[in-house]
Amino acid sequence: MVQLQSHEVIVVGGGGAGLRAAIAAHEAGADTAIVTKLHPVRSHTGAAEGGINAALRDGDSWELHAKDTMKGSDFLADAPAIEVLAKDAPENVIELEHYGMPFSREEEGTVSQRPFGGLSFPRTTYAGAETGHHMLHTMYEQVVKRGIQVYDEFFVSRLAVTDEPDPTDRTCHGVVAIDVRRGDLWGFEATRGVILATGPAGQVYDHTTNAVTCTGDGQAMAYRAGVPLEDMEFVQFHPTTLPSTGVLISEGVRGEGGILYNAEGERFMFERGYATTDGELASRDVVSRAELTEINEGRGFEDEYVYLDMRHLGRERILDRLENILHLAEDFEGVDGLTEPMPVKPGQHYIMGGIETNEHGQTCIDGLYAAGECACVSVHGANRLGGNALPELIVFGRRAGLHAAGVDLGDPQIVTGRRGAVEDWDGTFETEIGAVDPEPAYTDSGVGTDVVEAAIDAEQTRIDELLDREGGVRHPEVRRTLQRAMTDHVNVFRELSGLQIALKEIRSAREAYQHVYVEDSGKTFNTDLIQAIETQNLLDVAETIVMGAIARTEFRGAHWRAGHQARDDDEWLKHTFVSWDDGAPSLWFKPVLLEGEKTYEPTIRSY
Amino acid sequence: MSTHDTQPDAAASSETDTDRDTVVLEVFRYQPDDEDAEPYYETFEVPFEEGMTVLDALLHARDYGDGTLTFRHSCRQGICGSDAMFVNGRQRLCCTTQVSDLKQPIQIDPLPHQDVIKDLVVDMDHFYDQMHAVDPFFDPDDPPSNELEEQLQSPENREKIKMATRCIWCGACTSSCNIAAGDNEYLGPAPLTKAYRFINDEREGDERRKQRLEQMTDDHAVWRCQTQFSCTEVCPKDIPNTEHIQELKRLAAKYDLSLF
Repeated sequence: MVQLQSHEVIVVGGGGAGLRAAIAAHEAGADTAIVTKLHPVRSHTGAAEGGINAALRDGDSWELHAKDTMKGSDFLADAPAIEVLAKDAPENVIELEHYGMPFSREEEGTVSQRPFGGLSFPRTTYAGAETGHHMLHTMYEQVVKRGIQVYDEFFVSRLAVTDEPDPTDRTCHGVVAIDVRRGDLWGFEATRGVILATGPAGQVYDHTTNAVTCTGDGQAMAYRAGVPLEDMEFVQFHPTTLPSTGVLISEGVRGEGGILYNAEGERFMFERGYATTDGELASRDVVSRAELTEINEGRGFEDEYVYLDMRHLGRERILDRLENILHLAEDFEGVDGLTEPMPVKPGQHYIMGGIETNEHGQTCIDGLYAAGECACVSVHGANRLGGNALPELIVFGRRAGLHAAGVDLGDPQIVTGRRGAVEDWDGTFETEIGAVDPEPAYTDSGVGTDVVEAAIDAEQTRIDELLDREGGVRHPEVRRTLQRAMTDHVNVFRELSGLQIALKEIRSAREAYQHVYVEDSGKTFNTDLIQAIETQNLLDVAETIVMGAIARTEFRGAHWRAGHQARDDDEWLKHTFVSWDDGAPSLWFKPVLLEGEKTYEPTIRSY
Repeated sequence: MSTHDTQPDAAASSETDTDRDTVVLEVFRYQPDDEDAEPYYETFEVPFEEGMTVLDALLHARDYGDGTLTFRHSCRQGICGSDAMFVNGRQRLCCTTQVSDLKQPIQIDPLPHQDVIKDLVVDMDHFYDQMHAVDPFFDPDDPPSNELEEQLQSPENREKIKMATRCIWCGACTSSCNIAAGDNEYLGPAPLTKAYRFINDEREGDERRKQRLEQMTDDHAVWRCQTQFSCTEVCPKDIPNTEHIQELKRLAAKYDLSLF
């Protein structure tokens, strides 16, 4: 049975960005609803540990925050976006305090801040080593307070977008969702806007800090609807994840003074010259490469990991500021962080790229917004600084919510879509890319509910096909193939030959997916079906990562390429874009914006 | 009872086979879409790996065995609260429970005292309703007027509410509580801990505190707790729920005597 609902603003996803967007849209007077595949408190924002950067104190300033962020990005972030982040963060963070968030506190009762990697000032506010948990729950509480409607366990699987040839002429009228509990398809019309806040896509890798549900749903849906994905080759590998599970050990450990050493007992960040000034608190890409170099050159433990040691911080400080780390090390590695060093190695953590937006959260499709990790505004460029993801959620979630609700935020500086100074990539891939069997256009350029109903029909067709297929390939197998290929070949160190293999393996996985069947034919809570659809999303997103990694022949931030061992500002001060083009993807570039209120001259990046 | 062997090369083994290379799971199954659906137990055998959690074992059973096996899970690190289940007779988070710590076969049931939707998935609506019933949101008497003005909170006060703010809404506590099982209106441990968190937050102010204490004196609030400590024992975040409720009883008594 198909259900149709209408709201002014539909927020897809109930994590940090989605909740903040919904609060903003609601406060601006819009009838707002959150549609999320999980209950909001289950969202992956809750797993964030370290903190939220904001220039709150004397001696710090938004200008310094912006400058650090630009340097961290290796000069591939857009100045207008960074400046908005740095300027809005203080008020938006204190707003969380006003919402009751239990921040860690100084003796005099003010919000504490600690040092974090790549920061010139200790500007990371935090709540123990479980900052994301407190941020998520605090904002969900505010959603409850305001009575904002939440459709939880509704899996949005398609956007209702018109089908003009040029994506910049298209309009988003809503979304289609599966009611997970009952199995019905619902159409949600959004008369003002749809905000995608669907979070990460880390499940394209098999060693990741990301939740099993971080499957790039928003990225894939926006991409297929015509929005380009930007800078997808920039994937952050966090230097301190537990080897057996990929569970994150917060940068806060190093921020508080934790040290890294190799099997020869060397504090290698200093002693081997990787970062002679900042040591363990160099930027994440720098530390991850250092660790893997140590391991590859035979100075790791069991050829797999290095040690992170916080014992010298003392029991009291650890219990006060990092207690959660003790539980994680104990539960997932059987290590007591008070008396033993913790084994760590790099693990996939964050994707800097995502759905292209401007600083109001708008994509190139009218009425379609994105915010949070699924989006790329771009504040992180080639490498995200620790403590900059959470402010991004609230700053850009809020702005997207306000704009979708009709609040005037002024003229954006960032131009979205295939407009302006566009340059096409002149290379080719060895492997066929894109859709194996492109889906026919399903909607005319109608309005409102017509478009939503056409999208429902198209989604029903896709679901029926998956459910009707009897026998074939099971989706976990396809997902494993993909995750293995990405982990083996599109990791911290990248070579062209490996990237080409990854692209081929994604092609075979795509072909295998044509034969994927869903074992569970029931309507009730059919997670088998949901995961089959998520796997399609992972395939589409992963391919853009590899495409970007092949095209970018330089070494910048998190993107290290064998044979291209220098940052090449003459050629590569530009963002990579991949657009779906109805199943035959293309790759192109637009220049990075290094001029905002301030000008950011690219300098050598050392820590 | 049926047996599902998820090891492609392993010979069929009996359900009592508990050698260290194999994990035997006895899993509650209920597939409501089947006509005349009746619950049953199904046996899964999965290969043991060092460090394997109960969630890992379930995922293996599903992904290499039976794709219809249904359970909630997400973060796999004990923070999203999705995978609380009844494992070997006790409420636990599957993702933080090591297989090697459990006696085999490992029996996995959905959380007791909640309606089963399918297999190990329970209806959480009542739990959420009870959480929402305590006004689980910060609501100060005098909100700051300046956008950059922080409400001060002493480290001691933050420490006092710290454990209570760790709740991940997994529902293990309420599921373990005999009183909650017999009284649907009883707020239950997690909602009371949530109330404790706000009642003791010095930033909120006296007026709001009084309203919150008023609710604590209700027939189905703190006085229903019989201090059996089951909620405290099963809490995966080590929250001293019972202690919190005891303190709320003292505050509620004072409030009743108009000592505030």
